[in-house]
Amino acid sequence: SREGGYGLGREALPEEVAAWDFDVRPDGLGLPEGSGDVWTGEEVFVEKCSMCHGDFGEAVGRWPVLAGGWDTLENKDPVKTIGSYWPYLSTVFDYVHRAMPFGEAESLTADETYAITAYLLYVNNLVEDDFELSHENFAEVRLPNEGGFFMDDRLETEFPAFVRPEICMENCKETVEITMRASVLDVTPEESGVVE
Amino acid sequence: MKPSRRSFLTGAAAAGAGAVATVAKGQGAPDPAIVEQQPWRTFLGEGVDAYPYGMPSEHEAHVIRRSVPWLTADPISSVNFTPLHELDGIITPNGLCFERHHGGIAEVDPVEHRLMINGLVDKQMVFTMEDLKRFPRENHVYFLECAANSGMEWAGAQLNGCQFTHGMIHNVMYTGIPLRLLLEEAGVKTNGKWIMVEGADAAGMNRSIPIEKAMDDCLIAFKMNGEALRPEQGYPVRLVVPGWEGNMWVKWLRRIEVGDQPWHAREETSKYTDLLENGTARRFTWEMDAKSVITNPSPQAPITHGPGPTVLTGVAWSGRGTIPRVDVTIDGGKNWYQARMSGPSLNKSMHRFYFEFDWDGTPLLLQSRAHDSTGYVQPTKNELRAIRGENSIYHNNGIQTWYVNEQGIAENVEIS
Repeated sequence: SREGGYGLGREALPEEVAAWDFDVRPDGLGLPEGSGDVWTGEEVFVEKCSMCHGDFGEAVGRWPVLAGGWDTLENKDPVKTIGSYWPYLSTVFDYVHRAMPFGEAESLTADETYAITAYLLYVNNLVEDDFELSHENFAEVRLPNEGGFFMDDRLETEFPAFVRPEICMENCKETVEITMRASVLDVTPEESGVVE
Repeated sequence: MKPSRRSFLTGAAAAGAGAVATVAKGQGAPDPAIVEQQPWRTFLGEGVDAYPYGMPSEHEAHVIRRSVPWLTADPISSVNFTPLHELDGIITPNGLCFERHHGGIAEVDPVEHRLMINGLVDKQMVFTMEDLKRFPRENHVYFLECAANSGMEWAGAQLNGCQFTHGMIHNVMYTGIPLRLLLEEAGVKTNGKWIMVEGADAAGMNRSIPIEKAMDDCLIAFKMNGEALRPEQGYPVRLVVPGWEGNMWVKWLRRIEVGDQPWHAREETSKYTDLLENGTARRFTWEMDAKSVITNPSPQAPITHGPGPTVLTGVAWSGRGTIPRVDVTIDGGKNWYQARMSGPSLNKSMHRFYFEFDWDGTPLLLQSRAHDSTGYVQPTKNELRAIRGENSIYHNNGIQTWYVNEQGIAENVEIS
């Protein structure tokens, strides 16, 4: 670093910051003014989203499931959706607004994004069908799994076990058995692109 | 002709039986490779203008990135894999560095590219690429490992080859400017505790990073291995977040916002959070823990030379420091040997290890075990599962086992 900086770059204009800075945080910082209700959301969703995500967020083929999966997080095959897994509604708004529809990012208006978000709450059984979401009531909506996350704790839960001053080098076990083989599953792609 | 992996392995089996064309001893008859004149000894080769940007020998055409189509819904938001079994040393060639995109490869015009810094700063700023290249630069070799590397192996042995089980990683020398210098140019306010980094691609990839890391060793990189970043690696500029999960290394970086708390973006809530067996999930699992894999022999690189002197080699790395030591076993962990580290041993970089032994032709169970500079020793997969269960997707740094049979064919297995 250098005292006074390098004097490189220039000041960003307010219009430039506004054009790019549209991210939204859990506390609502960054939310644009606007609103949208469940029924409007359903119309937009069916038109722009359902070909991949299904009419009710249940997904088509391998595309992501957006609704359902409640109480499956402890299952062998958990279904992680907005309703079952995501902690914050702000993430739904932010991600839909910035990156969806897949292949036509940043094409949704603020009102359309509010409406889609309201519809996604509805198909996750979190609001009634007459619900309208807006920048004013956004922060009141909480998702079921908000408390389901905690800060990385590996240093407390794993390091005491895995920092090992002594480690066995000789005669460490009597027997060893193969318990699982990848070739039984046989899901590895054939090698392609090998040219002779 | 495009031989399948199976026909390749069949060939390897035949090789194990001793029928290899390239074995130069005990043939009796003179070797035609010597007694017959080769065309390259007779005719002139291409001139210096034939290849302004060179490519590998046509005999290396199998050394390529590969994908596993069933892993993702489409090839745009998807991943491919570095052919670790074909590489040596620690530097990954640019054209072989694995790719992970969420909105495809953004083809950015560097003249039109801008980097904005806004939020809790004294002065909201915009930089062009030309501006960025006037800041003091640094060079560092770092590994970039996808958080999901080996993620398909949580429930057991699935994919047969270290390219697929461990190939979401590359290790290159980055040239860039310390992120700290840019943040200082804008002037971070005292309540600026986090930054959000965001890409210019159609995914608008965004992640939150604590200001301590941003001020420590993050780089705004525009070169890899001496040349400009490849488009698939973020051309013209990407973030380098040493030791931390690859998702945070935002490509096509266009904006850095300073804030007083994390954003909880999609890629740090829905994705890149690690679900445990009890239904709760770790968030902000940034560091990539110590890990290693034997790259040869391995399922895509069987032993074709029969018994006798054999070179075992692999790579190890840790997001928390260097790798002073790697242990290897050839009998499934009954006995271990310290491998020989070779080449540069750099912080948060890949390290190369070798173990030379005389193979007696009996089956082998190969494993490697990395130790990092914090004293952490790479755990077994079962030790990780005992703490995390099988559904955390990310951060699988468990010890890998290859079973090598009498023919020298190697397979991905798990052992007791």
